[in-house]
Amino acid sequence: MPRLNVRKTYKLYIGGEFPRSESGRFYPVKNGKGGDLLANACRGSRKDLRNAIQAARKAFASWSDKTAYNRGQILYRIAEVCESRAAELADELRRQGVAAVDARKEINAVIDRWVYYAGWSDKYAQVVGSVNPVAGPYYNFTVPEPTGVVGVVAPEEPSLLGFVSRIAPAIVGGNTVVAIPSESRPFAAITLGEVFQTSDVPGGVVNIVSGLKSELVPWLASHMDVNAVDATGVASEALPALQKAAAENVKRIVRFDADGIGWDDTRLSQSPYAIYDFQEMKTVWHPMGM
Amino acid sequence: MTTTLETRDRLAPGAASSSLVEWHYSPSLEATDHFKLASRYNLFIGGEFVEPHSKRWFETINPATEETLAEIAEADNEDVDRAVREARRAYEKVWRKLAPSERAKYIFRIARLIQEKSRALAVVETMNGGKPIKESRDIDIPLSAAHFFYYAGWADKLEYAFPNRNVAPIGVAAQIIPWNFPLLMAAWKLAPALAAGNTIVLKPAETTPLTSLLLGEIIQEAGLPAGVVNIVTGGPQSGAAVAGHKDVDKIAFTGSTEVGKRIQRAVAGTKKKLTLELGGKAPNIIFEDAPLDQAIEGIINGIYFNQGHVCCAGSRLFVQESVVEPIIRKLRDRIGTLRVGNPLDKNTDVGAINSRAQLEKIQELVDSGVEEGAEMFQSSCSVPDRGFWFRPTFFTGVAQSSRIAQEEIFGPVRLKKRTTRPTGCRPASGLKKDRGF
Repeated sequence: MPRLNVRKTYKLYIGGEFPRSESGRFYPVKNGKGGDLLANACRGSRKDLRNAIQAARKAFASWSDKTAYNRGQILYRIAEVCESRAAELADELRRQGVAAVDARKEINAVIDRWVYYAGWSDKYAQVVGSVNPVAGPYYNFTVPEPTGVVGVVAPEEPSLLGFVSRIAPAIVGGNTVVAIPSESRPFAAITLGEVFQTSDVPGGVVNIVSGLKSELVPWLASHMDVNAVDATGVASEALPALQKAAAENVKRIVRFDADGIGWDDTRLSQSPYAIYDFQEMKTVWHPMGM
Repeated sequence: MTTTLETRDRLAPGAASSSLVEWHYSPSLEATDHFKLASRYNLFIGGEFVEPHSKRWFETINPATEETLAEIAEADNEDVDRAVREARRAYEKVWRKLAPSERAKYIFRIARLIQEKSRALAVVETMNGGKPIKESRDIDIPLSAAHFFYYAGWADKLEYAFPNRNVAPIGVAAQIIPWNFPLLMAAWKLAPALAAGNTIVLKPAETTPLTSLLLGEIIQEAGLPAGVVNIVTGGPQSGAAVAGHKDVDKIAFTGSTEVGKRIQRAVAGTKKKLTLELGGKAPNIIFEDAPLDQAIEGIINGIYFNQGHVCCAGSRLFVQESVVEPIIRKLRDRIGTLRVGNPLDKNTDVGAINSRAQLEKIQELVDSGVEEGAEMFQSSCSVPDRGFWFRPTFFTGVAQSSRIAQEEIFGPVRLKKRTTRPTGCRPASGLKKDRGF
């Protein structure tokens, strides 16, 4: 008799742990519309989201306090672990309907994207910051500081590369993240949580809450302890409501419009300005030389 | 390779006058048995270690014991020519054509391998150069790795550093590095040049070739295309052959001002690009309102770090008249507590002078200082019988025109001057103009 394999339960990733949804609810993930059931995913609730935001807030102080070099080392470590788990991540994409060759290509792009943003850790401040000559006895300079807790709504496709492309620039800049992965194909992103947990990424820096975007996004947009939302994965018709909700605590809304752009295009889909999107520019007037 | 240096008992800091408390010092030696050097190292050319055309090797020693560590190949003109040809071929055929993000990944690999092998590199750096293990372990090696990490990241981002400019590699770079921070200087030279897409002929210092050659092994292990980095060892003739080769596009040199001038003259009239990082005679300035104890620590680090073998060493000290007396007293006390001895001892503050030639140069300059009438203070510490040592030293009453005030000593020797001016930077910058720097 053939051996019965052990199936994996896909859970949330919050504060460095893998809890189920407190709601006990799930949603079925199928292989395309009307396709076979692949597995059940957690249908994250408002309380799960709150827990994730609290975990992200708690992790923010020490993550943003780390040296840029140290954050770069950690992102590079993510790339290394992704490389060694490339086959597993590609499998996750394949079982969700991505052709084998495309799956491997996507994983390669994911790894290179981590390396790319790892390299920016100690450089973006030099590109977006400035020393400003002013008409007075002051040394005036502008430095970027991370905005805080960033909610990331990942695009549906490509489910892993899109997820990574929006999370990496947020965390390399010292922010912590609460991410909602692709609703239709969440598995690779959820498995990436296991990579974070084994890559020196402190718990709470990235939190992953799977579920229905129509439920989760409005809560994320209106939460008072979220500083910015990356709405790349929000359908354009849902955007105005999100923007309106965000105004309550003047959240910054960022949306990368990927229409007509290949996500693996290294000229267009990655940039230091994606890091800048989640930075507050602070200008200092330091008195000098009277 | 074992090193047997006696480390003597020392008085506790501050107890010198009362002698009531005596502390017995037990050395804490870094192990050296975890790594074995080869008996002979050849030239790293075209991705392989090859015997020199000259068929000549010279011994490299441990300056703390004068024991031979290994034999090192001496490159002649033929060898340098071959290295430049390999670098040219690798540049045209491979390296310049590689996607910048792929170049980056090779450089990241070098960084990771330096981290993996950090212990061996630190021990070899200390044995070959004489610097305290706590410095090679905590400064030279981690900074080298960090340097490769940093520049790896730039490889595919240069258009953001230089907007609206066509950022392109220059070609083959000849890079000549000094003996004071051997691996770190190699990192400073190699990492940015590689990231920008150049290929390299690196010439390590004659007295400290070992960590550069271990870096050659790391570069091999990282799988860099053959010829992208070539390492040729030897004495001044090998260096001159590298700097003077007609087919290099760029020369980068870190070392003495005198040799730097020679290279600049040789480059005149050619299309070669040039970067020089030369000597110094940096002043420290202490005003009466400074926290004096903190200032003393800054002074000590400024000149006795790495035996004073630092181009930006704080070799001159200007002190406001009103605090001259306490500063000198504190400096004497503090110098007496510096632990001079076996560089492999984790508690050593000041290690061995890098070479006999450097020791003789320091001694000659210090003798001239005494002859010219300056007052010398030297730590009373004992130093081992074998090896090259110089006790931490400072001079007072130095005339501005004296040689020790004018020439770089590159050793653990500091001059102190007094100033009555509230703006002490004036004499400092004025002195600078008198000098060759």
